[in-house]
Amino acid sequence: MTAVTAGTAGTTGASGASDTAAAAEQAAYEAVFDAAVAADERIEPRDWMPEAYRASLVRQIAQHAHSEIIGMQPEANWITRAPSLRRKAILMAKVQDEAGHGLYLYSAAETLGTSRDELLDKLHSGRQKYSSIFNYPTLTWADVGAIGWLVDGAAITNQVPLCRCSYGPYARAMVRVCKEESFHQRQGYEALLALSRGTEAQHAMAQDAVNRWWWPSLMMFGPPDDESTHTAQAMAWKIKRHSNDELRQRFVDIAVPQAEALGLTLPDPDLRWNEERGHYDFGPIDWTEFWDVLKGNGPCNDQRLSRRRQAHEDGAWVREAAAAYADKHTGKHGEAQA
Amino acid sequence: MTGTTDTLTAAAALALGDDALVLSHRLGEWAGSAPVLEEEVALANIALDLLGQARVLLSLVGDEDELAYLREERSFRNSQLVEQPNGDFAHTIARQLYFSTYQHLLYGRLATGDGPFAGLAAKAVKEVAYHQDHAEHWTLRLGDGTTESHQRMQRACDALWRYTGELFQPVEGLDLDLPALETAWLDSVTDVLGRATLTVPSGPRTGAWSAGAGRQGLHTESFGRMLAEMQHLHRSHPGATW
Ligand SMILES: [Fe+2]
Ligand SMILES: [Fe+2]
Repeated sequence: MTAVTAGTAGTTGASGASDTAAAAEQAAYEAVFDAAVAADERIEPRDWMPEAYRASLVRQIAQHAHSEIIGMQPEANWITRAPSLRRKAILMAKVQDEAGHGLYLYSAAETLGTSRDELLDKLHSGRQKYSSIFNYPTLTWADVGAIGWLVDGAAITNQVPLCRCSYGPYARAMVRVCKEESFHQRQGYEALLALSRGTEAQHAMAQDAVNRWWWPSLMMFGPPDDESTHTAQAMAWKIKRHSNDELRQRFVDIAVPQAEALGLTLPDPDLRWNEERGHYDFGPIDWTEFWDVLKGNGPCNDQRLSRRRQAHEDGAWVREAAAAYADKHTGKHGEAQA
Repeated sequence: MTGTTDTLTAAAALALGDDALVLSHRLGEWAGSAPVLEEEVALANIALDLLGQARVLLSLVGDEDELAYLREERSFRNSQLVEQPNGDFAHTIARQLYFSTYQHLLYGRLATGDGPFAGLAAKAVKEVAYHQDHAEHWTLRLGDGTTESHQRMQRACDALWRYTGELFQPVEGLDLDLPALETAWLDSVTDVLGRATLTVPSGPRTGAWSAGAGRQGLHTESFGRMLAEMQHLHRSHPGATW
């Protein structure tokens, strides 16, 4: 969509007459925006967009970006202990990809006029969140496989529809991210398969990890539809295309046969195929735990945020040095030209 | 004579492979703690290149995992420089500058010959050119950045200087003009440090221990702890595949 360009909207005089004119102009912009969204056109950074749409996107993209970089921690926890050089290379590359995802997403947020520094400040001060899944610990090597299979798997289920999100830069970032996430998902599955088919101890390690990660993975889709505050508006704006419960069901339907192929069980006695619905039924999710972890009482909330803040503080002198160096050298360059 | 040649090649492959393996591991320790997001990507890139080199080199000697995970500390042949703890970002960069400059010169020489490492070196030299470029850029920014960064970078260069002489000790199986390599290394490092407004350290470039250093399997104390962490899981499940 390029019909209306931001920059003129809202810059009006003080008089009553121009207020009316401004309101009419605003309504015209909104009509163009609504029509573009309805026609499945992409909104681009220079297009006019409602402030609430912008704010909602920034909130979602920021939370997504923060999740990518906080999500590096639980997996980086095993880089130095990876049990074979091949697995070590795969894991390092995966954690590196997540940093790359963070970069794309912070850039997407920048197109909406919000800088990475601003967003990082909000993360560090607890004003913005990241996915609660990363507040769970990685206790064994099998957790790396379980995260790849289930957490990256759930992320893909959430993110594939975002490739068609109404905001262009976010949608395009998601296309790249999803390609890499599906790599991660396959590699995680393959790592778990090796464990499941390995020694008794390895199999037990894999089962234990799946037992611990299954329910938190289902919680990644967010609260049930009747309790989700953001869903309706996000769907109207085509930022979101499916409800939390729809996506959760889609994920369960994919994961159950995969668990069978892995030779592992899922920790839910109520899990069974429902012929009538054409879906797997599953047991109730412990939403008390979900809200509690979200509020900060998860096993690793403090640890993840402290580690992030520490890295940022420890790196302050490095960033200052880079800025000072750039200043000096563009300065010299300027003098030379003058 | 093939037996002897193979033994010599294996000895050299072990020294170069262990250098790459150990430095890759140290860089891997940065994951999640880098000063900026771009450096998460860059340090991981370098670590992955080095791990790739290590796997090729160790596979010339035997099973890569047996060699990485089941050898004792005294059997590792890496130089002491690469095993030095990360320290602050300045120490990591100084270690990168010293090592990548050496590795770039070394692989450049090996790539032009027709020895057993020519193929590997031809590919690796391109990767290492980027590592050296990365280290050089950060040396300039830190050296010529703020007062604090200058001091930190100078301290790091000074502290690691004593491990740089070992890189030019003869390695069994590597037939190279080491004094020429060392001269080129000194020239290059002196040039970068000068442009970074840093002073070329004046201390000795090797330790006083006549028994030797990393290439003789004599390491620094933190190395044992690094190996304990790296090898623990693999060793806890003898015979398992991953
Ligand atoms: Fe990701
Ligand atoms: Fe991922």
